[in-house]
Parts: sequence; structure tokens; C-alpha cells
Amino acid sequence: MVDKKTVEYVANLARIEISLSEAEYLGIQLSKILDYIDKLKELDVDNVVPMRGMNMQNNIFRNDEVKECKVEEDILKNSPQREGNYFKIPKVIE
Amino acid sequence: MDNLINLSGREIAENIKNGELNDKEVYSFFKQRIKNSSRLNAFVEIYDEPIMGEGVSFLKGVPIAIKDNICIKGKKITCASKILATHTAVYDATVITRLKNAGLQIIGTANMDEFAFGSSTENSCYGPVKNPWDIERVPGGSSGGSAAAVAARLVPFALGSDTGGSIRQPAAFCGVVGFKPTYGRVSRYGLVAFGSSLDQIGPITTNFTDCAYLLNILCGFDEFDSTSAPLASEDFTQNLKEDIKGLKIGIPPEYFGKGLAPEVKAALTEMMELFKKNGAEFIDINLPHTEYAVATYYIIGSSEASSNLQRFDGIKYGLREPAANLKDVYVKTRGKGFGEEAKRRIFLGTYSLSSGYYDAYYVRALKVRNLIKKDFDEAFKKVDMILTPTSPTAAFKFGEKTTDPLSMYLSDIYTISVNLAGLPAVSFPCGFTKNNLPIGAQLIGKDFSENSLIKAGFSYQCWTDFHKRIPDLK
Repeated sequence: MVDKKTVEYVANLARIEISLSEAEYLGIQLSKILDYIDKLKELDVDNVVPMRGMNMQNNIFRNDEVKECKVEEDILKNSPQREGNYFKIPKVIE
Repeated sequence: MDNLINLSGREIAENIKNGELNDKEVYSFFKQRIKNSSRLNAFVEIYDEPIMGEGVSFLKGVPIAIKDNICIKGKKITCASKILATHTAVYDATVITRLKNAGLQIIGTANMDEFAFGSSTENSCYGPVKNPWDIERVPGGSSGGSAAAVAARLVPFALGSDTGGSIRQPAAFCGVVGFKPTYGRVSRYGLVAFGSSLDQIGPITTNFTDCAYLLNILCGFDEFDSTSAPLASEDFTQNLKEDIKGLKIGIPPEYFGKGLAPEVKAALTEMMELFKKNGAEFIDINLPHTEYAVATYYIIGSSEASSNLQRFDGIKYGLREPAANLKDVYVKTRGKGFGEEAKRRIFLGTYSLSSGYYDAYYVRALKVRNLIKKDFDEAFKKVDMILTPTSPTAAFKFGEKTTDPLSMYLSDIYTISVNLAGLPAVSFPCGFTKNNLPIGAQLIGKDFSENSLIKAGFSYQCWTDFHKRIPDLK
């Protein structure tokens, strides 16, 4: 059972604000989904290798070359708040 | 001009090439058709002027719609989410570069479930897309806008993305061809990531000829995607031939059991008769871990999504909710910007990856994923491809599954294993219910066997005309 405390804990990890009513139904729904997912416990997987991705057996290397990429202005235009060529955010250092 | 809706994309391109049509009038025709059908809500944005490159191809001049999670430089990309509603793409996805180089006309962006989370397009911040066959029903999802637009002939074809069935299930519900290529076949560069080990971009068309020509344009190695398969390009149009003699098709009983609607089963049975008559052989195979696929997928897909969606934090782009400190900016922005289903998936993923649960949920799911992949490896020792229904039922009604997320997740039961195993698969129409709703069949192939799937699907469309039926929009 995903209780209220667990929902609040996960909300904090995920950095998502939720209302009291959201916390309540998310708890109920997640419990139901996790009950279903517990099905996976039926299987004996002790000797199975986890499949961590598709065709990614090899690292892909490339030369470290400088290429021109003039999109600073386009990127900054999308920022919610800027100052000159910087993203502006609330103060993080006391 | 009204005859345009009966032509394939390939035929339209041919008419443009020989001067029977010009690309401007073709564009205006489809733009007007989209505007006249606004109640379907299939589009997020319609471009007044096409986005078009200089290139030449067998599809030059044909309009195409793009699911709104693929970057088109200088254009809005929203993923149907409030958190991105004001965002402009700063670069072209590789598939967009390829479409430009092929001279297609990009006509606009298609509506979808928020961040591709959903099976009905009911999770879009722009409201749901309507199924053109019955506007009281969902078009499927998450590429519901793309599939509905193609089915209604608002555009000859569209791009979708498929993480657990998001191209194939809406294609089935709308009666069109939806192709999910092998993982690594089409570059994911410029596709907003949902589940990075599962996502693939693919075409939604009315027929297999257009599908093959579009795959020729979309597929190929891309150095900007580290999971792109380094293979030589193939000509998929070589296999537009009616020839299935000796084809061995596997039938897994796990996909034909409890929960499958009788009408869907009957349509598949009739289809099998046609294939047999034309020289195919059916072989019983087993995919014993099928019943674990949905659970495995919702752990892996949600875990990857919770990680991928961390970037939406109100700092560099998208929505920002003002707050006194940085952490509260994150928390408030994400609380306000994400819809209900996005929150649910992020919560599920965060929970499965969190300390204390990581091994019990995430690692266990990765192990079961391996078992599911091995089932397919075994089956493909005996058969060339596998035939299944795409979805247990035809299109369901709005609201039917929204109160119970688990029932919505279970509607993807036949499409999900394919993404976990990275295989190519296609859904195409194989009949209609007595209420005149399309029924979809799915063919699943071996890794990089797109060509065989195209040949089988093309052959079937030579014997049938389900793909030529057009919904009445009046």
C-alpha cells in the first residue's frame, strides 16, 4: 500500500507539488498499479541477466572536433527569464 | 481536386511530377480540409506556408503532418503539455531534415497524449482527438492526431512515435497503416524522449506503398543518435510485390485468449484464410511471458520517463512558476505544468528507481524484459513473422477507461512486448465491426526485417480493400 507519507516522499524526490486531493488519489492509483506489477514476483529471475538497453553493446566514439553552432540567441529566447546572455534564476547562494 | 483524397501519397507525387497537379494547390487543398475538420481536433498547429526543403524524392511535394513531439526548427513544439506550450524548437530532428531533403511539405503538428503518455489522446492539454469513424470514440493514442488525420484524409500521411504501441494502436482504431520500425532503424535525434530504450519514430499512411516510400526517407544511420543502427540503407520499395508463397507465420495463443473481442478474432481468422489461400503457412508458437509484458513495460517506461522528464524544471525553457527559491521553482512549475497522467508516470518511475525499491521493481523488470526478448528469439527460429490482433477491441468511447488507469494500460497488451524486444511491427486494417469501426491486425518481424513485413502487408492489400474505405465526415 502506498500511504500518504510515501506519496509525499516520492513527490519530493520528483520535485512535483501536489494538492491534498491529488496525494490521496495518486496513492490509491499507485497502490493498485503496484499490486498488478507484483505479478512479476511470480517469476524466478535469479539467474537472468538484466536487459539494460537495445543494441548498445559498444561505446560510440567520435573525434572531439569544434563545430560551429550559433543557436545561443534561439535558446535564450525560450528561457522564461534572462539577463543578457544568461538564464536568470532565484538566488541559490546564501 | 476532391479526387485527391482517393489518391495515395505516391500517386499525388507522381501527378505533381508530371504537371497534372502543382504542389501549391495540393497544399491548399489539404490545409482547407484540415480547417473544415477542426472538430476532430487532430492538429495542434496548421502552417499557413509549408515547411519544405529543396530536395527531390518519389514523394516530393506531398504534405505530411508531424506528431507534436518532434522538433521542427523555428516552430512550436508542445508535446501537448502545458509545461512546454510556449517552446520553439531550436533545431530540426533528423527525420525532419530527411523529409526536407526529400522535398515533402510539412503542413503542421498533430495532437497527441501529453508527452505520449496514453492510449486514447484524452491526456492532451488541447483536449482529445475524435475518431473520424465515430466522433464519440477515441482515436487511440498516443499518436491519435496523426492517425485520425490520415484516416480522415486530412493529410496523405503523418509521423508518429511508438513507445508501447503509440503508432500501431491508433492506426488500428482509425483504420490506417502504422509502422513501428526496429529500434535503431530511425534516428531519435529531435524526438522528445519518453522511454529512450523503447521509443521509435515511424510513418502512418493509408497503404503499404506510401509506407515503404516513407521508410526509405526516414531510415538510416545517424551519428547524432548513439543508438542508431550502423546499417547500409535499404530500398523498402523493392518488396512492393504480391508474393507470400512459403511464408511462415507464427500464431501465439497468448494473444488470442481472454479479453479478445469476438469480432476482432473473427476478422483475424478470415485474414488467416486469405493468407493460407495465397500460400502462407501458419505455425503455432508460444510467447509464454506475454502476461508479464504490461507490468514490465510500466516499470521500465515510467522509470525512463521520470528520468527524461527531469529536464522540465522551469529554468531554461517552458513554463516557470515564480517562487522565492530554486527548489520551489522546480516544485511549483512541475506541479502546475504536468497533467495527471504525466504525474502518475513520473511518480511510478521515481518510486521504482528509489532507494530500497530499485532491485525489487526496476532491476526485476529489466530481467523479465530479457525473458520476453528470449521468447521472441525462440519463436523466430520457427517462423518468419508473427500475426496478432493490434488491440483486444475496436475503438472505445471517451471516458470509458479514464477513471481506471490500469484498464487503460491493459489495452496495450498486444503492442507492448514489441517495444520491450526492440522489434519491427506494423498494424493495418483487416476488417470492420458491425458498428463500422476499423479492426487492426499486427505483424511482428525479426530485427531489421521491415522488408518482409512490407511484402506481407502489401500482398494483403492487393487482395482486400479495407484500406480504401474513407470515413464519412459529414
